[in-house]
Amino acid sequence: MPTVHAALPSLSPLMPELILGIGVLLLILYGAWRGERSAESVSVGALVLLLVALFAVLSQPASGRVTTLSGAFVSDPFSKVMKSLVLLGSSATILLAHDYFKRERIDRFEFPVLIVLCTIGMMVMVSANDLIALYLGLELQSLAAYVIAAFHRDDARSTEAGLKYFVLGALSSGMLLYGSSLIYGFTGTVSFPGIVSALNDQAGAGIVLGIVFVAAGVCFKMSAVPFHMWTPDVYEGSPTPVTAFFAAAPKMAAVSMTVRVFIGALPDVTAVWQQIFVFVSIVSMALGSFAAIGQRSIKRLMAYSSIANIGYALIGLASGSQEGIQGLVLYMIIYLAMTLGTFAIILSLRRRNVMFESIDDLSGLSRTHPWLAFCLAAMMFSLAGIPPLAGFFAKFYVFAAAIKAGLVTLAVIGVVTSVVGAYYYLRIVKIMYFDEPKERYEAMAPGLRVVLALSSLVVILFVVIPDPLRAAAANAAKSLF
Amino acid sequence: MFGLGILSGLLIVPLCGAAFILTLNGDEEAVARNSRWAALATTIVTFLLSLVAWSRYDATSSSFQLVESHVWLAETIRFKLGVDGFSMPLVLLTTFLMPFCIGASWHSIHTRVKEYFVAFLVLETTMIGVFQALDLVLFYLFFEAGLIPMFLIIGIWGGQRRIYASFKFFLYTLLGSVLMLLAIMAMYWEAGTTDIPTLLQHRFPVGMQWWLWLAFFASFAVKMPMWPVHTWLPDAHVEAPTAGSVILAGILLKLGGYGFIRVSIPMFPEASHEFAPLVFALSVIAIIFTSLTAMMQTDIKKLIAYSSVAHMGFVTLGLFTLNEQGIQGAMFLMISHGIVSGALFLCVGVVYDRIHTREIAAYGGLVKRMPLYAVAMMVFTMANVGLPGTSGFVGEFLSMMGAFKANPTVAFFSTFGIILSAGYALWLYARVIYGKLEKPNLQGIMDLDNREKLILAPLVALTIYYGVHPAPVLDVFAPSTEALMASMKAALANTQTAAAALPVPR
Repeated sequence: MPTVHAALPSLSPLMPELILGIGVLLLILYGAWRGERSAESVSVGALVLLLVALFAVLSQPASGRVTTLSGAFVSDPFSKVMKSLVLLGSSATILLAHDYFKRERIDRFEFPVLIVLCTIGMMVMVSANDLIALYLGLELQSLAAYVIAAFHRDDARSTEAGLKYFVLGALSSGMLLYGSSLIYGFTGTVSFPGIVSALNDQAGAGIVLGIVFVAAGVCFKMSAVPFHMWTPDVYEGSPTPVTAFFAAAPKMAAVSMTVRVFIGALPDVTAVWQQIFVFVSIVSMALGSFAAIGQRSIKRLMAYSSIANIGYALIGLASGSQEGIQGLVLYMIIYLAMTLGTFAIILSLRRRNVMFESIDDLSGLSRTHPWLAFCLAAMMFSLAGIPPLAGFFAKFYVFAAAIKAGLVTLAVIGVVTSVVGAYYYLRIVKIMYFDEPKERYEAMAPGLRVVLALSSLVVILFVVIPDPLRAAAANAAKSLF
Repeated sequence: MFGLGILSGLLIVPLCGAAFILTLNGDEEAVARNSRWAALATTIVTFLLSLVAWSRYDATSSSFQLVESHVWLAETIRFKLGVDGFSMPLVLLTTFLMPFCIGASWHSIHTRVKEYFVAFLVLETTMIGVFQALDLVLFYLFFEAGLIPMFLIIGIWGGQRRIYASFKFFLYTLLGSVLMLLAIMAMYWEAGTTDIPTLLQHRFPVGMQWWLWLAFFASFAVKMPMWPVHTWLPDAHVEAPTAGSVILAGILLKLGGYGFIRVSIPMFPEASHEFAPLVFALSVIAIIFTSLTAMMQTDIKKLIAYSSVAHMGFVTLGLFTLNEQGIQGAMFLMISHGIVSGALFLCVGVVYDRIHTREIAAYGGLVKRMPLYAVAMMVFTMANVGLPGTSGFVGEFLSMMGAFKANPTVAFFSTFGIILSAGYALWLYARVIYGKLEKPNLQGIMDLDNREKLILAPLVALTIYYGVHPAPVLDVFAPSTEALMASMKAALANTQTAAAALPVPR
């Protein structure tokens, strides 16, 4: 009889996922046992669980590449950084959601449980080293995400958002799967290193077709143009904390997955996919910038803003170089801080239990809540890429990579659209600072304060102490090349 | 202190002042009073500190001095500060003008006083930073960061069309600047560093210089502003509060000229030589066209704004003559214009605070009630015209002389600018100060009070002093100008021999 020990794969790279997996099962049991009253304690439990997993991720080795589960799962500095971002995004969501759901009277224990399940999916996406693992992670993430989009089940807009997300998401998953099957069919393997050696620098028509389908699938998940149509509606319809979640953590996972597939499995056929991402990047930046101008709802505006931001981040991928990936990772770090900070402020626009979601509701915020307005102005200038805020450096690194890769046209279009984008970010500052004030809003919930304070620190102080984040991004990029 | 030098101190002191004002709390009147005094104290301390820096500066050397360098984005992108003969006077000009701006805002700003002074102090840091930066990324950082406080100053405390003006100001200058950012990145990959002293030694391929020069030109021309991208300036000037106009005219307009002398001319000598005719053409058009435009203005501030564009035409003209007289003249004109146009806007502020209109037609006969004001205004008007004996003359004369050496036709046409400037400036003076005092609301107008005297007197003195004795300023520029000329000559000679060595295509 063969010994069991020999067959058991090394589990230490999987530790964070295992902690979350076991923990979430316990949470479900506890929730089912305690019923509706358990929402609060399950939230706290999920938060603790996510932070423990974050600690486990951070204590993984700083360099080196470890694979396990027969090479399907990889742990390296890139996964370390991106998993930390995912976990931070998810923890922040729980902090942001707690007060909101309680006031809306939909605080059920399923929400934190679903967030944790979604997080496990995202972490598998980040660490996937073959097409099957990638798809498993993606589906686990997506199914949980469809449900939480419709979490406000008595609200027509929320259920509509969930349904829309589900139908379009299933379509895109199908495309991704079809592309994967083509790649598998023409290379005979699903493992990324296997694909690299099977391709041997050659890409036949079948592979190209497969790459196009996979690219379409991942672009949908990242909400890049032309697969962005779901984004504004889902962002607007979902409960606001869920919107914050969609704009933060799943973006990190989707971008990591894209990097894994295109840099990990197809690095020698860059010429084939580079043009796809140059195009996607240009149209995302342009549409995100121009379409946001006419928006009245902050959530829709943030949807278009996220589309434009993915466009900028993809400049790094389109460069196809180590500098490009470093820029991309740093962009995602800073984007996470800007997005979470902005949503923390949106969630605090509450008066007598009514949430305000229109841009005009920010009118004169600098008079009634000077610190809140100051933080939001910092976020907006940062999103517009104005120095000395962090957003400038995010753009700096991706554009520098594009210039080095000779993609000058892409860079020029990028900076011009960033000026267009600056217009609508400035409009928010204008409304807060130049217009007449309205009534005060209620005081911020403590969870929102924590998220806002941390993200403001990152956005404002990056210029003074850039090194920790920059070095993390550089280290992550180095591990892929 | 903490391993930071005096130049970092100049950046940090205003920020500390701003942070202190931000923490002020309590009843509105007290906060307003305290923030005024805190802002004044901060700017005066900054000025004194810059004088200390000046005392440690060796004006006979052309090298970068008081250099300090700290770890920043990368080993090759550092937080590096330093000053030379071109930047030191501009740093002093900035720190010198700031207390006047604070003084000019003493009574005229009633709303959100605390935020106003915070914005101004932050603005001061960014402007000093531009002049001190010895790294291109850092230079860009300060260059752009100044947009944020200026946007708020125009948009919150400005006049009727302030929102339009603030957006135009911000987006126009941002669009110009982003191309410069791409050029900086291209230079980084080419030279492997963004360290300015190293880049000054690096010789960029001529073909690349063209693109880099154009990208930087897009930014500096907008900031300058040069015709035809000057249209943001009159709007911004008219709508900004008095102190905002002073800073705009006095310092922010100098950033473009400083950029030319720091980056475009020394780093891309061949391209600067090639493109000089383009700059000449735009400068001459600016000088004549905007002078004519200035003549027809009905708004005092707009008139001075257009006259600033015309004077900046002289600056670009002088810089791109690429000879010693031209460059020294342009640099001197920047300093002189900083003092004179700033003072003119302060003068406008004086009557605006009393009557609350900037229409020229609303004034007349002020000399009867305000003799002291009439004297001060007279000095600045004459300096604006370029009358010998005032600082305006020295700069314009030198840059014209340089232009004559480089291209007599250009010099001939630009002379019209001087004649036209006499036209609009004297006509403005006549309509505001002379004539009958018949408007009823002017009957009770008061002459300068002590605060205003204190603000205007030093400026009058400096305008005349530098007009009679310009040597202290010119001597500071001289070593740096000589070094620049030497490196230009070497670069151009190199290309010419290279071109001569090439077989002529037939």
